Amino acid sequence: MNAKTADKVATGVIYAIAASVALVLVAMLAFILARGLPHLSWHFLTGAARSFEAGGGIGVQLFNSFYLLILAMLISFPIALGAAMYLNEYAKPSLFISIIRTAIEVMSSLPSVVVGLFSFLIFVVKFHFGFSILSGAIALTIFNLPILTRSIETSLSQIPNLQREAGAALGLSRFETVIHIILPAAVPSIVTGVVISAGRVFGEAAALIYTAGQSAPTLDFGDWNPFNLASPLSPFRPAETLAVHIWKINSEGIMPDLSAVSAGASAVLIIVVLLFNFSARRLGTLLYKKLTNS
Amino acid sequence: MTKENETILETSNVKLWYGKKEALHGIDLDFPKKGITALIGPSGSGKSTYLRALNRMHDLEDNVTVTGSFNFMGQDIYAPTMDTVELRKQIGMVFQQPNPFPFSIYDNVAFGLRLSGVKDKAVLDKAVEESLKAASIWDEVKDVLGKSALGLSGGQQQRVSIARVLATQPKLLLLDEPTSALDPVSAHNIEDTLLELRDKYAMIIVTHSLSQASRISDRTAFFMNGDLVEVGDTRKIFINPKKQETADYISGRFG
Repeated sequence: MNAKTADKVATGVIYAIAASVALVLVAMLAFILARGLPHLSWHFLTGAARSFEAGGGIGVQLFNSFYLLILAMLISFPIALGAAMYLNEYAKPSLFISIIRTAIEVMSSLPSVVVGLFSFLIFVVKFHFGFSILSGAIALTIFNLPILTRSIETSLSQIPNLQREAGAALGLSRFETVIHIILPAAVPSIVTGVVISAGRVFGEAAALIYTAGQSAPTLDFGDWNPFNLASPLSPFRPAETLAVHIWKINSEGIMPDLSAVSAGASAVLIIVVLLFNFSARRLGTLLYKKLTNS
Repeated sequence: MTKENETILETSNVKLWYGKKEALHGIDLDFPKKGITALIGPSGSGKSTYLRALNRMHDLEDNVTVTGSFNFMGQDIYAPTMDTVELRKQIGMVFQQPNPFPFSIYDNVAFGLRLSGVKDKAVLDKAVEESLKAASIWDEVKDVLGKSALGLSGGQQQRVSIARVLATQPKLLLLDEPTSALDPVSAHNIEDTLLELRDKYAMIIVTHSLSQASRISDRTAFFMNGDLVEVGDTRKIFINPKKQETADYISGRFG
């Protein structure tokens, strides 16, 4: 076989391998959506779950997922941003820095169920937060922090050093350079990273089973005082999310339309995660255009 | 050499170390209040290193030690009380790569002023227009001031970078190979811009192009291996250098 034929064969094989990866995703999506979409209805998306009879919805779970996501992001984003800014803009090579970097690496490879059990022991039991949105949000923060930190750090490191020199040469302090030049330039890519990690957080189950809990008490959507337990905003109430709900009904659900609810919920979960992923890049490009007026 | 009171910057016995390696071995060099001084020399001769010591750009790096005396209009550049922010407003710098910020042309030029607290729209408008005119790019961009500076050509970006520095009204302008990343036409435009500015500013330009040095500079300093070999009127340096190394370099025998 001469070099040209070998090259053709190799190209074909690599192409096929790459295609098979995409095929797995497409097949999975098609399967989930085909099973789940027929069960979707306004009633299903907004209705309360039922334990023993058919016709339950996922309204509360869906709300819980979004609320937990927002809280977790509110906690983790400022920390991740600060850490990333420090690591990329200020840190000089030292033992301290290499310890921080190792810690971030180890944290990002922790299995989420371990994060969940740890948070259960510390926050739920020791600190008496109970099964609550608060405990869940902290667990999600631990789960999300290393990945978000790294993604923001990468965004910052992609801004060329020329910009830092230009800032310094114009008489800006390091902090001013970061705030006025580096961050604005990095915003599009930071936003993309945040939205993609939001997709991961939204679909997380294992870290929440023992922290946010597996029950979804009925919520009073007329009560927006966060200090009332029945209020949707209360951070102290247990909150089963969509992903946990899917796990729960499949392992111990006894309602007659179990498979339909499960399929519908899975489809909703996948659709939301896909929306996050697709909108991430779009949002980034849009922001970049807006910021640079190009 | 000009008289004492006509210099803007006097440096003597400037030494600089990267870690333990001495890169500058004691440079004595003065600069007049107006006109262009070109720093020439082969790669690694220390001319850029010297230039960057003048506005303390080495502060951004670790492991760099600078000694010697730097008298900038009566102020010691390396005095512990020196505010580098204030210093760099008086000593502006233009880099090899055009580096506009990812904002509009207007915002780029107004950036330094806004940061020092200027908010008055009329003042900003005037400064932006004057700076862009001084950098000879006003006519090309006056209708697109709101557009991103990143959309301009390399040569235009470099002139916007120059305008951005001029807006803060520096006394001295450092130019680190400002045309070496540009095409010949853009480079020519930049040279014209610098010639326009020659009567108003003191400028120090590091350049690898001998023809550029001979075209635009009033004085030329030749660096080699971290030493200042020779400095003098550009015409004298190019036509009748005193040192053999200078003659060799200028006639293209090395470097």
